[in-house]
Amino acid sequence: MVPLWMYLAAAAALFSIGVFGALSRRNAVAILMSIELMLNAVNINLVAFWRYGEDGGLLAGYAFTAFVLIVAAAEAAVGLAIIISVYRNRRSVIPEEADALKG
Amino acid sequence: MELNAVTIGFAVFTLLTLGGGIGVVTTRNLFQGTIWLMVSLFGVAGYMVLLSAPFLAAVQVLVYIGAIAILITFAVMLTRSVTRIRRRYIRTLPSLIGALVLFIILIAGVTLPVFGGQRPEDAPAVVATTTDFGLALVHENGYVAPFMLASLLLTAAMIGAIFIARDEET
Repeated sequence: MVPLWMYLAAAAALFSIGVFGALSRRNAVAILMSIELMLNAVNINLVAFWRYGEDGGLLAGYAFTAFVLIVAAAEAAVGLAIIISVYRNRRSVIPEEADALKG
Repeated sequence: MELNAVTIGFAVFTLLTLGGGIGVVTTRNLFQGTIWLMVSLFGVAGYMVLLSAPFLAAVQVLVYIGAIAILITFAVMLTRSVTRIRRRYIRTLPSLIGALVLFIILIAGVTLPVFGGQRPEDAPAVVATTTDFGLALVHENGYVAPFMLASLLLTAAMIGAIFIARDEET
């Protein structure tokens, strides 16, 4: 078996790549894709800890991963709908240009 | 660490996951970025197979590659005409430094036994199956309420997405 820390290290690398993308990309769709990468890194961690740790019989990490998947699907649907709505109104997918609510 | 099927598989899936992730954040063409995202998500599904969670791997492929990546492809194509974006990045250097610092902290946290002591190295031999997961979902101490809330959340998200993205004129 591969030791636990290698899964955690791979997940840490994926999460850091996602953080860089979410902070630095200009296109809102690219930011959403980077957030999906970060959610996947968290999923790797949850499943790895479930597999290597002592489980109380209720499969906590496994079930939590399934719920993260559900929330990610909902988040992607609503986020992309907002991006398309903003694009239709302002002809832009750059978050800095969607500043109608700015005080 | 001996060289066997699991370690070779781990190396291949690490290459897919991290290579796809780097492709997502660096590619200029967002459509290619979606393809890289699919590669990365496939690598994560491989990790879940290695971690003896084949159901989660199947759900990962179905939901992420089958639904979310296709949804992102649609969004990329519907907002296609914005080729006037000349620069891919803003705040490149602060973001890079922040991500690197986070990565170093996380690597130190998972490799050094400073934060919370040494982790167990050997996985338990007995592994729960998909049947156990299904039973845990409906168990009285299990996840009945989150399970039902998840269905509510998905319905609300679907209605909200349709309402937000709807064309105002029609």
